[in-house]
Amino acid sequence: MHLMYFTEQPMAAYDAKAGLDYGATALTFSNSHYDPVAGSRLYNEYMEEYVLAEECGADGIMLNEHHNAPFCMQARTNMFASILAAITNRVKIVILGNPLPLTENPVQLAEELAMIDMISKGRLVSGFVRGGGQEQLANGVNPAFNRERFIEAHDLIQKTWTQPGPFRWEGTHYQQRVVNPWALPLQQPYPRVWIPGVLSRETVIWTAQQRYPYIALNTSIEATKTIHETYDKAAADVGYTAGPENFGYLIRVHVQDTEERALENARQFMWMQGEFTGLAHPVWANPSGYFSPSGRRGFVEFAVGRSKNPRGNPTFEEQVADTMIIAGTPDQVIERLKYLVRETRPGIMGIWGNDGTVSKEDRRRCIQLLCGEVMPAVKAYGAELGLKDPWEANAPVHLRYSTDIPQQRAAAE
Amino acid sequence: MSVAWTDTVKDIAGGKLHVSRAGSGAPVLVLHHDIGTPDRLPFYDLLAERFDVIVPHHPGWGKSERPQWLRHPRDIAAIHSWLLAELGLPGASLIGLGFGGWIAAEMASQSPTAYHRLVLVGAMGLKPPEGDIADQSIVSYIDYPKAGFHDEAAFNRVYGDVTTDQLEGWDIAREMSFRTAWKPYMYSQTLPHLLGGVRTPALLIWGDDDRIVPVSAGHAYARAFHDAMLTTIPACGHFAEMEKPDVVAKLAADFMSRN
Repeated sequence: MHLMYFTEQPMAAYDAKAGLDYGATALTFSNSHYDPVAGSRLYNEYMEEYVLAEECGADGIMLNEHHNAPFCMQARTNMFASILAAITNRVKIVILGNPLPLTENPVQLAEELAMIDMISKGRLVSGFVRGGGQEQLANGVNPAFNRERFIEAHDLIQKTWTQPGPFRWEGTHYQQRVVNPWALPLQQPYPRVWIPGVLSRETVIWTAQQRYPYIALNTSIEATKTIHETYDKAAADVGYTAGPENFGYLIRVHVQDTEERALENARQFMWMQGEFTGLAHPVWANPSGYFSPSGRRGFVEFAVGRSKNPRGNPTFEEQVADTMIIAGTPDQVIERLKYLVRETRPGIMGIWGNDGTVSKEDRRRCIQLLCGEVMPAVKAYGAELGLKDPWEANAPVHLRYSTDIPQQRAAAE
Repeated sequence: MSVAWTDTVKDIAGGKLHVSRAGSGAPVLVLHHDIGTPDRLPFYDLLAERFDVIVPHHPGWGKSERPQWLRHPRDIAAIHSWLLAELGLPGASLIGLGFGGWIAAEMASQSPTAYHRLVLVGAMGLKPPEGDIADQSIVSYIDYPKAGFHDEAAFNRVYGDVTTDQLEGWDIAREMSFRTAWKPYMYSQTLPHLLGGVRTPALLIWGDDDRIVPVSAGHAYARAFHDAMLTTIPACGHFAEMEKPDVVAKLAADFMSRN
């Protein structure tokens, strides 16, 4: 099993009341509430915490990006990936992911990722995402072509990494005269690509068709099982059997020496779920054309307040009871994680350790306990269950490199 | 007086275009807003008392099929030109409402002498010299249309308790607006340079409380056209033909009836 540490890098140092008064803490919530002095301090603290996670034993550091919102300070995931490439030695640098539709130049993204892979000496995992609706609006990118841009940018990056240049790309959304970047990934045929997601069935199917691992982002156990069924079927349709190496799971976990302190800090996981931030208009998260047409009717009713959020709005206590949030001492947390691992059988597990306004001392203690005690125990349990990560399973980087599918093997030869 | 409308489907540019038609007299093509159009409106009926009125749904809006390749209002303009050719209606007048006004202006710029009269109501298509065209992407499906009425009672008169079908229609219309006019949002940087050749007389109508397209865009149109006049309607918003159907219909009909 691959176990990685994750934080959203919260920018908690803003006036929470201002957000509540405004009624939204994303997209149009004014950046006049942003404090660069606190931002500078937090960036450096988060950097030190990643190093600590490596020292304490994490297999990987998971990174992401968001825009125009206090819940995530990373505006460009490749920047922290570059920093980690230089200041860490062992951990995988797991970008989950670069929002492909936001780029106007996928070739430059391919170059940046190749540089990160070389500087890190082959430690990059290059995840890709569609990016949430608000990310499209914050960057002026057309939400109606989001999925088309995602797939075309992926195909162009894949070709850039695998076919010698120069070549020309005349696509629907991207046209490049001379694709020939003088930076190529160290890992061959190219760095592993993992695809994180929450809802979209289309993305699960596309991911299975590529044979990329799908990382379910803190979905319920039931929803996670549905994702696996969808993936398994799409995998079978293209000729392979999906295993634990094809699945990842991200779970919010906070550990402290006492249960009381752990629960108190874990309440901060609610901070971006609408209790005091994470407030946004539904049409920002889901601008027209972004979402699957099959969900249109349900969504428009939700967007005008006629129906409840299909994802529900569970309380902290409900989320703890449902294993959506895990908090406690290392022993308590290990038991809950074993249950989760048994139920969802992932080969990759992201542990989202700290959120909101947890103090620096508690954040560091959480990382020490998580990476030093919890992760090794979960890893050992995963080994007992035969849960292999993509490296342990020697899984192909992409379907086309499969050796267990006759027609793929023939094409590769 | 009740007006008999007939609905037909025309194959244009590889897709099926929904077309409503009523009345008799000189032909008038009416091009609807970015939010689509109700099938029937008092404004359409009033026009049909004096003209042969043709109201297509833009490709991808309402009951018309979506051409996946469609990228710009200029493409929609070409489709409506094709429709007029298909119907055998040279010398029609064009009434363009909001976003439809942009399309009508594109049609006129491509065929400077082809039309009898041009009526643009709160037309998008030009970058307003003052203010911006309202961005529907960050407000709800109901708030955006409401912002286009001076008096909310007028909105309620047209849409009542908004149905889920209507909400879906607005979401589809919004998606089509994004597919064709995302960036720059709801205007063309080249259109203003192409309007000077238009020889068709143009009437520009603006609600004096248009919160969707600032009236400065109307003045810009008036300057860009060879022969245009701007008139404003008091206590009226962007969706003028729905808020003040009698006033807009009379202005348009009188203008189109002139030789």
